[in-house]
This record gives sequence, C-alpha cells and structure tokens, in this order.
Amino acid sequence: MSALWQASKAAMPKGPSHKEEALIAPARRPGFWRSGDPLVWMSAGALAVSLLMVLGLVLLVAVRGAAYFWPAPVLRLELADGSTVIGEQVARERAPAATPSSGARHRIQLKVGNRDVYGMDFLWVDEDQIALRETPREIAVLERLQGGDAYGIPVRLESAQGTVHGEGMWQRFQELHAQVVRLRNEIRRLERDRVGAINHRIEAARLALVRLGRSGAKDPRRAAEAARQEEIIAQAEREYQEVLQEIRSLRSQLGKGVLVLALADGRELEVPVSEIVRVYFPNAMNLMQKLGWYASKLWEFVSQEPRESNTEGGIFPAIFGTVLMVLLMTVAVVPAGVLAAVYLTEYAKEGWVTSVLRVCIRSLAGVPSIVFGAFGVGFFIYFVGGRVDRLFFPEKLPAPTFGTGGILWASLTLALLTLPVVIVATEEGLASVPNSVREASYALGATKFETVWKVAVPGALPGIMTGVILGIARAAGEVAPLMMTGVVKLAPELPVDGHPPFLHLERKLMHLGYFIYDLGFQSPNVEAAQPMLFATALALMVIVFALNFAGIRLRSRIRARAADRV
Amino acid sequence: MENQRREQQPDKITVENLRVFYKDFEALKGITIGIKANRVTALIGPSGCGKSTFLRTLNRMNDLIEGVRVTGSIKLDGEDIYAPTCDVVDLRKRVGMVFQRPNPFPKSIFENVVYGPRRYGIKNRVQLMEICERSLKQAALWDEVKDRLHHSALGLSGGQQQRLCIARALAVQPEVLLMDEPASALDPISTAKIEDLIADLKKDYTIVIVTHNMQQAGRVSDYTAFFLAGELIEYGETATIFERPSDPRTEDYITGRFG
Repeated sequence: MSALWQASKAAMPKGPSHKEEALIAPARRPGFWRSGDPLVWMSAGALAVSLLMVLGLVLLVAVRGAAYFWPAPVLRLELADGSTVIGEQVARERAPAATPSSGARHRIQLKVGNRDVYGMDFLWVDEDQIALRETPREIAVLERLQGGDAYGIPVRLESAQGTVHGEGMWQRFQELHAQVVRLRNEIRRLERDRVGAINHRIEAARLALVRLGRSGAKDPRRAAEAARQEEIIAQAEREYQEVLQEIRSLRSQLGKGVLVLALADGRELEVPVSEIVRVYFPNAMNLMQKLGWYASKLWEFVSQEPRESNTEGGIFPAIFGTVLMVLLMTVAVVPAGVLAAVYLTEYAKEGWVTSVLRVCIRSLAGVPSIVFGAFGVGFFIYFVGGRVDRLFFPEKLPAPTFGTGGILWASLTLALLTLPVVIVATEEGLASVPNSVREASYALGATKFETVWKVAVPGALPGIMTGVILGIARAAGEVAPLMMTGVVKLAPELPVDGHPPFLHLERKLMHLGYFIYDLGFQSPNVEAAQPMLFATALALMVIVFALNFAGIRLRSRIRARAADRV
Repeated sequence: MENQRREQQPDKITVENLRVFYKDFEALKGITIGIKANRVTALIGPSGCGKSTFLRTLNRMNDLIEGVRVTGSIKLDGEDIYAPTCDVVDLRKRVGMVFQRPNPFPKSIFENVVYGPRRYGIKNRVQLMEICERSLKQAALWDEVKDRLHHSALGLSGGQQQRLCIARALAVQPEVLLMDEPASALDPISTAKIEDLIADLKKDYTIVIVTHNMQQAGRVSDYTAFFLAGELIEYGETATIFERPSDPRTEDYITGRFG
C-alpha cells in the first residue's frame, strides 16, 4: 500500500492532496518503465544482435569456405568489341558511376586464369558489353603446379609417340598423366624419405665429429671413433649421389608430353603434362561427378601440403601444427594451473598476499597477447633456449636449436597466456566443493594431502575442465604471440616424423591462424588466394569447435561419472 | 539389575577440566566428565552452549579451526589424545564422526564407504567389498542400495545419505562414534531409522550424540549431559536427569521454559 501511495505521489507530485485518493486506482497499473518490459525487450534485443552477428560470421565463412571446392561453371563470353574471354564468374556488382560507358548497370568479375599469359588472374566485364554468354562443354580447367589454373579448350597432345587430336587425345593424356603422377610421387618419396634419412645420418655423424674434436684428446680410441664417423659420412654421401642419380633419371622421364590449349583469344598455350595436377571439364560434369570432385578437392585440402606460396593445395601442415600446439599447451598449462590454484585455495594462508596474488592473476588474463609473445621471445627463446643450446647442443652452435622460435616455445607462451584462465576456473571449482565434505574426509582420518587430492580436486574437475576449455578456445585462435615465437609461413618438416626422438619440439610450426593472416595480407596475389582464405578460416573454426566440443564432452563424462560411477 | 551393570561400565573417555578458547572467547569452561563405554551419551543444551565444541574436541576436529586453544586433558582408554605423541590420524580412526547434515563425497556409494579403509592402505577389491557390505548392513542401508553400489551417493535421499555417512564412519571400525545432531536435517521416518540404528550400534560402539530434541535424547541415550554457556551443569543417567534433575536450570530447559 505504501509503495502505491508513493508511486501515485511521484506521478502527481504537485497534485492537491484530496485528489490523490482518486489517483491511486489508475496508478495500480505499473508504468511502462516500472513494469520491466523495456528491459526484457532490450535484453532480448541484445541477445538477438549477438546471435545475428555470430551467425552472420559463421555463415559467411561457411558458405564461402565450403564453396571453394565446388566446380563452378566456366563462361565463354563474346564481347561487343568482338573479343572473347573465358573464365569463372567470381563476383557481380553495380558498376561504378564514374565508368565512361554509361548505361552499364552491373559488371561481373571473371577469373580468367592463365597468369603466365595474361599477367593477371581476374578481369572485370560490364554486362552490357556482353554479346554472347555460353558454357561450352569442351572447356577444360587445368590445375598446374605453377602459374595457377589454366582455362582453355584442349586441341592436341604432343608426346614422344606423336601428336594426337580429338577422340584419342583424352585417353592418351590419361595414360601419360597417370605415369606422371606415379613418377612425381616416387620422386617426392625419394626426396623426403631417403634423402631425409641420409641427411639425418650425416648430421648425426657431423655432430659426433664436432664433439670428438671439441674434447681435444688425442688418444687412439677417439681417433678410431672419428675415422668411423668419417666413414659413415662418406658412405652417406655416396648413397646420396645414388639417390640423386635416381631422381634425375625419374625427372628426365617426366619431361615428355605437352598438352596444347586454345585460349579465348585464339592463342595457343603449351602446358607440359608434368606440370599438370589435374584436368577437369566443369561444364560437362553432372551432379554426381561434381560431388565426387568436391570430395576429392576437400580431401586434398585437409591432407596435402600447400603449393604456390600457400594459395593452392592443402593445409595439412597447418592443421597438424595447430592441433599439436594446442595439445602441448594443454599438457603444460593444466598441471601448472591446477597446482597453483590448489596451493592458493587449499594451502596458502588467507591474507593480503593471497589477495594481491589473486588480483595479479586476474589482471594477467587481460594482458594483450602480443606482450606474452614478447615475453616468450625474451624469456623462453633467448634466456632458456640460449642456455639449453649451450648446455646440450654446443656442437651445433652458432646455429641455434632451442635458441630460436619453435613449437615448444610457442606452446609454452600460449600456456602462460591461458594460465590465469585455468587458475581462476580451478579456484572456483575448489571453492564449490563444500567444506563439510572436506571435514568428512578429515573425520575419517584422511590427511590434508589425501583430502585435497581425493576429495577436493576430483570435486573440482568439472570446473577445471571448464577452464581448460576456455583456455583452448582462446589459445587456438591466438596468432600474435605465435608470430614471435616460432610460427612460419611454410615449414619444411612436420614437428613429428620417423626419426628419433620422433617429436621435434625445436622445429618451427605452421598454424592456421597465421596461415590466414599470411594468405590474406602477405600473399602476392590476394584475390586469387581469397577462396583458400575462406576455406582455411572455416577449417580453423571447425578445429576450434571440435577441440571445444571434445572438452565439453569430456567434462560431461566426468560429471556423469561423479553422478553415476566412480 | 540393569542399573547395576551400567554402574560397572568403565569410562571410555575421561575428560578433566577441559577448557577451549576461540581466540579470546572461552567456549568451554572447565568440563570434567567420564563417557561410559558401550553406552549412548546425549549432550543437550541450548544453541551456543558448547556441546558441539565439546564433541569436536573428542576427535580433535577443532584442530582445523584457526585460533582454537585447548587446555585440560582428554584421555581415551587412559591415553591423552592431546599429547604430542598422539597421532591425529590414528585418533580419528578410533573416534569416528557423523555430522549434522549428510555430507557424502560426490562419488559412488561403494567409494564413499571404502574411503576410510582405502586411506589405511587396503587395496584388495574383495576385502573392500566385504567391508562395504558389512558397514552398510550395520547402518541398515544394505538392502536399499545393494543393487546400485556404483551409483552416485548424491542420488540417495537425505535419510539414506545420513545412514551412508554412518556406514562410512563404521567402515574404519572405530571404538567411539560421535554424532552431531545426526537427525536434525531429516524427516520423522528417517529420524526413527537413525534412532533404531543408534540402539543397535551401542552393543559395539561408545556413542556420544548431540541433540536438540529432548524426546530423542530420552529415547536413545543412557546418559545425558546438560551444557549451558560453556559449563557442564548436570550429568547422569538419562532417567534421572529427565525425571529428577538436581539443578533447576536443567529442569527449566527440559520442560521447555528456555532454550
């Protein structure tokens, strides 16, 4: 009653007192603001806006990224001035008003390919200049090892067995190309496995020699050992020459066969078969063939190495690097974070020191990641890495081993970055374990150690998992600190291979986030790289989502276990 | 006959001039009492009278609270439990405790019961299962949970949880069982079950129970101690305390005139 009274007074502050009695009845309905409806609408609106932004971003990346693998039709356009162009339509937009040929309503962007002939990949065409638009079935798209895609109509195939036109040409090409693919794989295998193993042996022997020389002793056992290592090197060198010879002979077999394309302007382009990755006729494909093509392109994308300064091919090394780095980071951050939080909540005496520490840890979460990167360089790479090199790899100096960026330092820098998240989440998880449960443990004669590790920490596990999930989500998308601590555009080797110790923590890594940055801003041909850019962004999003999803599944498994089976 | 045998019962715990301070506040002001073996002793008194504090000194749970100071002596079978040579872990194994609110671990029923035995190094699964079954049977819970031993203890009802906590305390085979208002958070049916249980358990254990419920004290206990403002006002056989209290304050409290 008194609230209503005041409300009516507020509504009618100057009203004469005898009228207030009458005003109580209408004031019973709460005012527009007091009802709370506007706040409900505002909060719902805020949620809607956030949802729309997230969905928009995901849709943009998903649609454009997923479209990358779809074989788009190739247009052949005859223009008003009599010229002909062939290409894929990639964009359509309203022509700029300043265009001299007024009347042009829209223009389209064609990817014409044949960079080596035209010097550019893309061409704008005003729609009102187009006299004829068709999609001839005989147009072929050639994916090449160098120079990007080639668009044209195959006219003949020249090879050692003579020139083939028309019908037989395609079959002949298939045979030649199958051979080329086989040879190329063979060469790659030789280069990677045999040469890699030989290099490994030479390097090991060389380092052994340096060690022997460094100790400076003259005793005969050392001399014999040195001679043995020299012999290993000489043997490896001989093997290397043999492999080189083998590769050379394989290479010479590659050079046969040239596919001649008729380009849009009537010129002919000779493409060596050895340069061709694959050929397809997008306009002649039916839906099933297109789907098959899509699947094979997608597989190439996730399983192969990139080509042509990362604008073609696959992103496997970047996926591998990203996942491995996140896993290493998790392995580093979880024990450190959990132990720190356990000490802080279970052991440390509450006081101003712990308060200050808590504030510091929470502030650390807000420090820009680039600062962590700088710290990673200064501390991990120069300070720790430099000392590790001097202690354990002196024979390799001045070439650094751990004294330069690598996957270990990148992971540790990210671990530092996510440490506050894990600590805070673990602390909250521990705080959520009721004290009565700890008392029960003590009353059964458990020590403090047992109580902490058998009761408190297991009870805090879901909270800890939440922290790890948040940390992974943050770390997987971080690029700035990685650029300073070991990420590269193209790493020659994966951090995991068949040579002991199998996991090479000192190696540089490729990372999807940096891959995107490099593709989008550092690529020599940004427009050509755009589809790949979206596809890579999609891959990064999928991986971050997958890592998060795995963490969430693990957490609910733990919760279910706490609730059901232990 | 019954009375005679009771009088012959030796003291399990002997407390002499026990004083407990929380920083400057004197919570217990010189308590001297002898707890009889294999009997149920009820501690009654208004809130804040020190009965819970007294209970918690018997297995040194007060050690966990900062700023607590204890003087006087408490002897369990003649050994001073506050002596420097006394092992707290060993003491708590001999003196088990059940709390006011059920506090099972967020683990399975089985893991809850065998938590204590595991701490004392029993790893054999068959042996642990035997302990689990024996303890749950003692706590009259076995029939209700035998088919879901590996389900979470948090899925049990409040009364079942409390009996699980009793089973958990019994699993380490203590000599004394301390109960801090074990039925205060339970419904009447669960309370009755707990009371029956206490009557069964006193064959094997010395039980000290804190309660606010006079009827409960009358039903379950053999001896009753009345605490007021940190002092032990009256201690004796329950029948005597309830029927012929010698101190008027005890009578006032029991008849509900204050507290």
